[in-house]
Amino acid sequence: MEALANQLPIGLSIAAVLLLIALGLTFTFGQMGVINMAHGEFIMAGAYTAYLLQGWAGEQSFLLALPVAFAVAGLLGLLLEWALIRRFYGRPLDTLLLTWGVSLILQQLARDLFGAPNVQATAPGWLTGGIDLMGVRMPYNRLFILGLAVVCVVGVWWYLAKSPQGRRMRAVVQDRELAAYSGIATGRVDRFTFLLGSGLAGVAGVALTLVGPVGPGLGTFYIVDAFLVVVAGGLGQLRGAVIAAVALGMLNSFLEFWSDASLAKVLVFVVVIAFLQVRPQGMFVLRGRSLV
Amino acid sequence: MSSRIALALCVLLLAVAPFTLSPFRLGLLAKYLCFAIVAVGIALAWGQGGMLVLGQGVFFGLGGYAMGMYLKLSEAGSAGLPDFMVWSGVEELPALWKPFANPVFALAAVVLVPGLVAFLLGLLVFRQRVRGAYFAILSQALAAAFVILLVGRQGITGGTNGLTNFSRFFQLDLTDPNGQRAVYAIAAVVLGLVYLVARLVIRGRFGRLLVAVRDGEDRVRFLGYDPAVVKTVTFTMSAVMAGLAGALFVPIVGIISPALLGIVPSLELLVGVAVGGRFVLAGAIGGAILVNYAKTAFSEDFAEGWLYLQGGLFVLVLVFAPKGLAGLVTGARERLAARVRKERVA
Repeated sequence: MEALANQLPIGLSIAAVLLLIALGLTFTFGQMGVINMAHGEFIMAGAYTAYLLQGWAGEQSFLLALPVAFAVAGLLGLLLEWALIRRFYGRPLDTLLLTWGVSLILQQLARDLFGAPNVQATAPGWLTGGIDLMGVRMPYNRLFILGLAVVCVVGVWWYLAKSPQGRRMRAVVQDRELAAYSGIATGRVDRFTFLLGSGLAGVAGVALTLVGPVGPGLGTFYIVDAFLVVVAGGLGQLRGAVIAAVALGMLNSFLEFWSDASLAKVLVFVVVIAFLQVRPQGMFVLRGRSLV
Repeated sequence: MSSRIALALCVLLLAVAPFTLSPFRLGLLAKYLCFAIVAVGIALAWGQGGMLVLGQGVFFGLGGYAMGMYLKLSEAGSAGLPDFMVWSGVEELPALWKPFANPVFALAAVVLVPGLVAFLLGLLVFRQRVRGAYFAILSQALAAAFVILLVGRQGITGGTNGLTNFSRFFQLDLTDPNGQRAVYAIAAVVLGLVYLVARLVIRGRFGRLLVAVRDGEDRVRFLGYDPAVVKTVTFTMSAVMAGLAGALFVPIVGIISPALLGIVPSLELLVGVAVGGRFVLAGAIGGAILVNYAKTAFSEDFAEGWLYLQGGLFVLVLVFAPKGLAGLVTGARERLAARVRKERVA
């Protein structure tokens, strides 16, 4: 029982990372129909940013790494959107292959720049240790990741619900043409969404340095699960992404506990397929006028 | 007419290859033919049906493992256990393996297991009208889960090493050049058959329906057809082709392992089809052979460069020639024909 309870912080922190990754994916997917396979490499870029900053400014640079990684990954995303993806709107399956090509190049670039073996960024001292909450050991680093995800979700929610830019974004998600006719520069909104989503992936990358090593393949490890979160949660839906991320993250870590890692992935896949039998469009559906 | 000549030329080239190429090069060519068989299935599902299949490695692997299990058992020692099981301390043959001692069962499984998995997945997914990118992501997730399962169940699957060390393929000695030539011939014949089947499907009524589903699924439904059935059948066909290719890959290359089947290898199978042209069967086949040849050539000299090249190739093809090389050829031919027509009028 105690071992089972100890899975709780692990499951929650996995869910938190998945959520940070899935947020960017679900908005670029929902708003532009772009499936960004290079999203995983933005995670990697964020993680390497944290690692490099640490080598340069020491352990205390960790908090600084969060905004810097957001900027680095965000700018990479902006560059990708501006250089390639905007030529591909309306061809979602092609964007998938295109961004996969980009992801291959970025991974090899990372291998050439930082070497193929994993590197380890040390967590700052104030994040080692943990507290006991009702008999459950909660390590600080996992709590921090959880808190980070909560802050980011609240930020994204505030941005979508309250800010003028977020309002424009929701308008584009709901009906691109109508938004364009109403005078919204949809191209600029797209670019901003990309910046935001990629930036969040960078933040997720920094969070990942707290729980594991950094390597060129870091992104590919998480990207498939993050996509499953998007599929199960429904496109462009903040609520759906949060619930699906928590559900899949917890499911994954508990299944791993009960069976083993290899069977857990298959079971998660089966659960997602079963779930789609009930809700083929994911948890929450944006009612459009298209036929389904 | 010119396409018939090209076809005859290709058949001729494949027929003389065993007598001119060294055994090593012939083995490589046979390997490319396996990938070409997968490419036919991908061209069917993706090019004609609009289903982006990102998990063909799964079906390739299911066919490969089914064949590998039979070959392992046919070579097993007196205890009846494959060598890797002895090394990892397995004492009794797992129940899953037992029927694969029978060659008929194994050959049937090569076709039926990938077909059944694809049929079930297709039915569950397409009936609920889950499509487009959702389907692509699900097929990719399947590949990820499959590989992790293979690695995790080491006692049954051989783990990351997979199944390897094959010396016989039914009556053929795989260490002998003549045996290798025979295996190559089988691969070439299977590729020809798969190509003919796909051609018949595309040119028939079903093929038209498939293209209609790709271009306007809702309209097809309004006409009284069930798009889910069309898509499921096509997806199953492409999976069976991948399974056959996997089964042939085992005696040709001598290994089947998770590293050949995951997300990245599954996507690599698409590269050739995208480069060659997914709407034309011959383009897909040629592209698969060409890209895999390029991979061998580059990996021999500088391995790191290949990933840049592969990624770059994908980006370039999608930006400048979305229909692939075959699209460039037909485009040029149409422009030429238009010019000829114009000159005749003038």
